Amino acid sequence: MAVQIKVLREMPREELFAPGHRLCAGCGVPQLVRTVLKAVPGPKVVVTATGCLEVATTIFPYTSWKVPWVHNAFENAAATAAGIEAAFRALEKKRGVKRPKVIVFAGDGGTFDIGLQALSGALERGHDMIYICYDNEAYMNTGIQRSGATPRGAATTTSPAGRVIPGKLERKKEFMGIAIAHGVRYAATLNPAYPVDMFNKVAKAASIEGPTVLHYLAPCPTGWRADPSKSIEIARLAVLTRAWPLYEYDDGVYRINVLVKSPRPLEDYLKLQGRFAHLLQPENRQMLEQLKRDIEENWNRLLKLAGLA
Amino acid sequence: MSVAVQLKGQRRVGMSGNEAVAYAVKQADVDVIAAYPITPQTIIVERLADYVHDGELNASFIAVESEHSALSACVGASLAGARVFTATSSQGLALMWEITWIASALRTTIVMALANRALSAPINIHCSHDDAYAVRDAGWIQFFAENVQEAYDLTLIAFRVSEDKRVQFPSIVNLDGFVLSHSLEPLYVLEDEVVKELLPPKEPVNPIDPEKPMTYGPLALFDYYLEFKKAQAEAFKKVYPVILEVFREYEKFSGRRYEPVKTYGLEDADVAVLILGSSAGTARYVARRLRNKGEKVGVASLTLYRPFPVEDLVAKLKGVKALVVMDRSYSFGSPGAQLFMDVAAAFANESERPLLINAIYGLGGRDLLPEHVEEAFRRAQEAAKAGRVEEREVWLGVR
Amino acid sequence: MSRLLSWKDLSAPVIAEAGNSVLYKTGGWRALKPVLDYSKCIKCLLCWFYCPEPAIKRHEDDSVEIDYDYCKGCGICANECPAKAITMVEEGVG
Repeated sequence: MAVQIKVLREMPREELFAPGHRLCAGCGVPQLVRTVLKAVPGPKVVVTATGCLEVATTIFPYTSWKVPWVHNAFENAAATAAGIEAAFRALEKKRGVKRPKVIVFAGDGGTFDIGLQALSGALERGHDMIYICYDNEAYMNTGIQRSGATPRGAATTTSPAGRVIPGKLERKKEFMGIAIAHGVRYAATLNPAYPVDMFNKVAKAASIEGPTVLHYLAPCPTGWRADPSKSIEIARLAVLTRAWPLYEYDDGVYRINVLVKSPRPLEDYLKLQGRFAHLLQPENRQMLEQLKRDIEENWNRLLKLAGLA
Repeated sequence: MSVAVQLKGQRRVGMSGNEAVAYAVKQADVDVIAAYPITPQTIIVERLADYVHDGELNASFIAVESEHSALSACVGASLAGARVFTATSSQGLALMWEITWIASALRTTIVMALANRALSAPINIHCSHDDAYAVRDAGWIQFFAENVQEAYDLTLIAFRVSEDKRVQFPSIVNLDGFVLSHSLEPLYVLEDEVVKELLPPKEPVNPIDPEKPMTYGPLALFDYYLEFKKAQAEAFKKVYPVILEVFREYEKFSGRRYEPVKTYGLEDADVAVLILGSSAGTARYVARRLRNKGEKVGVASLTLYRPFPVEDLVAKLKGVKALVVMDRSYSFGSPGAQLFMDVAAAFANESERPLLINAIYGLGGRDLLPEHVEEAFRRAQEAAKAGRVEEREVWLGVR
Repeated sequence: MSRLLSWKDLSAPVIAEAGNSVLYKTGGWRALKPVLDYSKCIKCLLCWFYCPEPAIKRHEDDSVEIDYDYCKGCGICANECPAKAITMVEEGVG
């Protein structure tokens, strides 16, 4: 049975992630990593795709990781994890070696786009692993290029807010849906502004045998052109404007964890981020309305799935 | 290859190259197999799936969704301390190429069977050595099998070499696509207990261990990358003597002696050909015919391609005045095809060296016929007589 | 950090000392420094959780202490503290 906490102070103290890494000031990824390493009990091994987290935490000769940690390449975190998982299964059967829980951290780049095939294969084969996408909504480590996770209208270096085309034209890929379509028993969205919710969902995922998928919104002050001190505030507003619904899929049942009855206006979320500044200009009204429609449609879809519509 | 004099603990069977490789892998009691089917390797994967599903092999069989994921999974599995195997050909190897460099640099002990097949385009499923050559720089040990017996033996040898604590590098066993992979030949297989003695369970070096947490595959900036590569280069140089040692050990178990460079008639040859893979037999057949007519010709073939047996080959080719290097691939815009460049480099600083001719043959499964080898010897003889090479590159059998 | 290692000191690219990034003090990054007024602190632990380094130590009694060796001065702690117990001041001043 998964350990569940009620208040923040029940979160374990032991840190398995050390400071001294080179993640940006105000980065929204470490809150996820620290929580995961506390919420997953027992021996564990972490696989990380190439990206911000991998690069900034393992610049030779330094490492921030206090668990076994493997980096292979960019698009193959799920495949590498599958190999580790299968190896420990065999070694456990043949030589009684204790099998650690395999955890994958990959960015939206290494998950939605280049890493999607490896993830799809690993999910279909049913490997016992927790796959966690830390989503900062662009290829941040290479300098803020758009990904399939970039929301409609956002400005990135490959979808700039230009005179003719104001930001990314395409909507954000529906990643949770993709994971659920693979038949995982548990999938959930996470947000750093909701620590207890995050811990409990990770613990729940860890207690399940088989693949589970978690999708975390990682605020990125550098890429989102935001004040680093406001990273958590922005993440909270993502939830309160319904831009980032907090929900879980648990053996066929959808549960919305934070039911936002009266959403804050989306502008409250957008105005704190330079990547959306152009959307608040009158000439880009249409794009803004489309983004709002994306969010509303997604919310209504989830309400229906949760039996609340 | 010396005639088997020690038949105790062996059985004579008939198998195709693919079946023989799969059988060796089963006997090696691998822990993890991650492989994706591609002609002409497919039967290796299918046979291994049979063994696992029938309970004859206790391994995790990961039916990966691509070759890139196959090798990626193998890297993870090897780091976890498992004995690991994969197999591929051609496009599959090309797809996993990114990971081959990582597999070597992270010092995995993966063994791969490569059923040599031509690279597209145009698409072709038959034998060329493009795939083997494509990874020659990446730091994998590479063996070439000449027949099914060798494919079997070299697979067992590969596990023994790769997992040796003094080595810790991945290996490839090359077997010519269709020619060896699909041809049924007689061979001797070791009994299971004998293989168990030759290959005890893997004793991993620094495996993933939650009790001893380590970081595998960090970022190394310009202040360290050079040193890591130097360390890898020096470690790779230490592999050669271990291979010789394992070859000698294997002879005790099987009665079959392997050497990095196989020779025929080189003791007194004026001209010779150098060749890899199954066509060496054809070359020797022609050489024997010519020698019976009094012509001093010889054949050298490599069982070990990487590390390249520089000193051994130079020594064995001493006295040869003209050498035809036979390449079953091509390198566009290069000073020669791949093996030609290897040989030219091997002789670079030798005061005495043979004239070199590059013969391109057998691409895409085109048969190497005796008359092609005769042409090769003839050109070598002409060059030796004239004291120079008129035509450096010749394509045998092309219309 | 000490001298750069020679190739002879290296083998596979693997780091054996877990968590040794603590040897790399990122405190030099900051332009602003958080100052905690303990009289206002309610020990809610939010700053401890939200700090990205982490550079806020949690003691046995759940009191917190900023670790200036690693604090990059992002200001999340000051922005999130419900008791407004943390103020960001210019580094090198007070």
